[in-house]
Amino acid sequence: MESVLGRYRNLTILVGVLFLQVLGLAVQVKRSPDAEHTRLIRIWAVDAITPLERVIVRAQNGTNDLWHNYFFLRGVRAENRQLKEQIEQMRLQQVRLSEDAAQAHRLQSLLAFEEQVVMKTIPAQVIGSSGSDLSRSVYIDKGSNQGIAADMPVITVGGIVGKVLRVYPSTSLVLMINDQSSGVGVLLEKSRLQGVLRGTADGELVLERVMSDEQVTPGETVLSSGGDQIFPKGFPVGTVSHVSPGKELFLNIKVRAAADLSRLEEVLVVTERQEREVEASGGKTRAADILAQRLPSVPDKPATIAATPGAALSKPVPDAVAQSAGASAKPQPNGTSKPGTGTGGGTKLAARPATKVSPARLAPASTNNESPVVQSPDLGVSSGANAAESSGSATSASSTSIPTGTPEKPAPLPAKPSTTQSTPPPAATEDNPH
Amino acid sequence: MPITYTSGEQIEVYRFSLPVTVGVPLLALFLQVFLPRRIFSIFDLPLLVTIFFAMARRNPVSGLFTGAAIGLAQDMLGPYPIGIYGIAKTVVGYGASSLGAKLDVENAGARLLVTLGFYLVHQAVFFTVARGMVNLTLNWSWGRGLLAGLANGVVGMVLYFVLDKFKQRT
Repeated sequence: MESVLGRYRNLTILVGVLFLQVLGLAVQVKRSPDAEHTRLIRIWAVDAITPLERVIVRAQNGTNDLWHNYFFLRGVRAENRQLKEQIEQMRLQQVRLSEDAAQAHRLQSLLAFEEQVVMKTIPAQVIGSSGSDLSRSVYIDKGSNQGIAADMPVITVGGIVGKVLRVYPSTSLVLMINDQSSGVGVLLEKSRLQGVLRGTADGELVLERVMSDEQVTPGETVLSSGGDQIFPKGFPVGTVSHVSPGKELFLNIKVRAAADLSRLEEVLVVTERQEREVEASGGKTRAADILAQRLPSVPDKPATIAATPGAALSKPVPDAVAQSAGASAKPQPNGTSKPGTGTGGGTKLAARPATKVSPARLAPASTNNESPVVQSPDLGVSSGANAAESSGSATSASSTSIPTGTPEKPAPLPAKPSTTQSTPPPAATEDNPH
Repeated sequence: MPITYTSGEQIEVYRFSLPVTVGVPLLALFLQVFLPRRIFSIFDLPLLVTIFFAMARRNPVSGLFTGAAIGLAQDMLGPYPIGIYGIAKTVVGYGASSLGAKLDVENAGARLLVTLGFYLVHQAVFFTVARGMVNLTLNWSWGRGLLAGLANGVVGMVLYFVLDKFKQRT
């Protein structure tokens, strides 16, 4: 036995060393990947390497800053002028975009839309890579001491970079999205197709799980879908660079990363984000406010006609949609009122002089397709949606409907106020545009 | 230390000072981590250092331990479980030192081919372990593998030439 071991001494040692490593590997694999049993060893290794890296990166940045801030100032004046022009252009664009955004927020608030908001980020500097040519991961100079935790998304201004894989006291290992073991839930901006973005051996990005019968065009923007519960929804991930038929009915879609993953220097670690309901600016927005802003305003008219004392209003039909709320009730020769005949339904209103209605309030719209009901202080109950407080226009004079799925035909409910029959129709109602 | 002869030519066994033995692998690991990925991602400097030391010492036991140490250190800095690179570089260290004990691998052409071959062996072992044991979803690309092997071979020729200066005859 001894002679055999002596003869094959080298081979025996090789097998022994390999066996020990396989055993160690098996233990790591068998245990939960969440439990970091090799953490201490990794901390030692990283702590041994990263201080030197920090010094070199800082020296490198210092040299670059010196060069760029003091020696490389040719053409700065021209560049400054160009940038100012660019700023002016961007301001104009910003005005337009901010209006769009405000509108989107208002509409989202109506739908109780929940959005993910990045609340806090920590800037970090890339100080090195993993040291492996098969893995795409980088070290950043921020760790648990600065509040970094595992699985936090890492982004740049250009787009998403990856997620924090391991956290050490003063450094963290970031797994980039082009690593083969990485997967990001994404969607295509225009077609809204969803898929999984994976890295390849060459460090490229491939969008998987998109059926071959779908239309995907190169140049389309790829955004994070938020489905992976790591990256916030809507962050730019990249653009489709190449589309070709793939295997098993799926398309082979190559994606060019939005962030320059091979030249990362500074990144942002998203340390805090919040899922919150969208709130339109300026407090709670009502449907009437939104519609009032969208509609052409009606000029104010002096309140000339006094309401007939004791005039009664018919009960508003629940399904009726605001349609010529006050004045549509045209007085008939016989003294009875005629219901409004708006396209979106109407409310029966007793023959009553068109009255300058004070700002009305929209009662909460019920969910069963009932139209909002305007509570007018001086008229009791009326209907209509154009009673926006902010518009300041007489609600009785405008014809508006809220698209709530109300029936086309107004409910034929005759108004039967006894008192109105004896009241002659005031002339002022003739001035009413409706 | 036994001396092996090949084609009548004496194959010498070398040793290295302690600073070189420790410093060169650490420097290779450091550079591997520090150098910009965009340019140097296909190079595996720790592998080249493993091959060099193993071939120069011509001792399989020394070679496999050198490979194991460098590989495990590389694992500690990477995202994968510790041992994948360790196993791959142990095999390479053993193979390179066994080959160095039997063949003359001092000239540039032989070094290029040996480096290319061991790069492929290294990748084969790495992928086998990564897929078979750790269940990592890594894809092998022949084009990239051969290109990286050749690139490592060329860099290896230059690196070995530099490291030859630190050789000490036993």
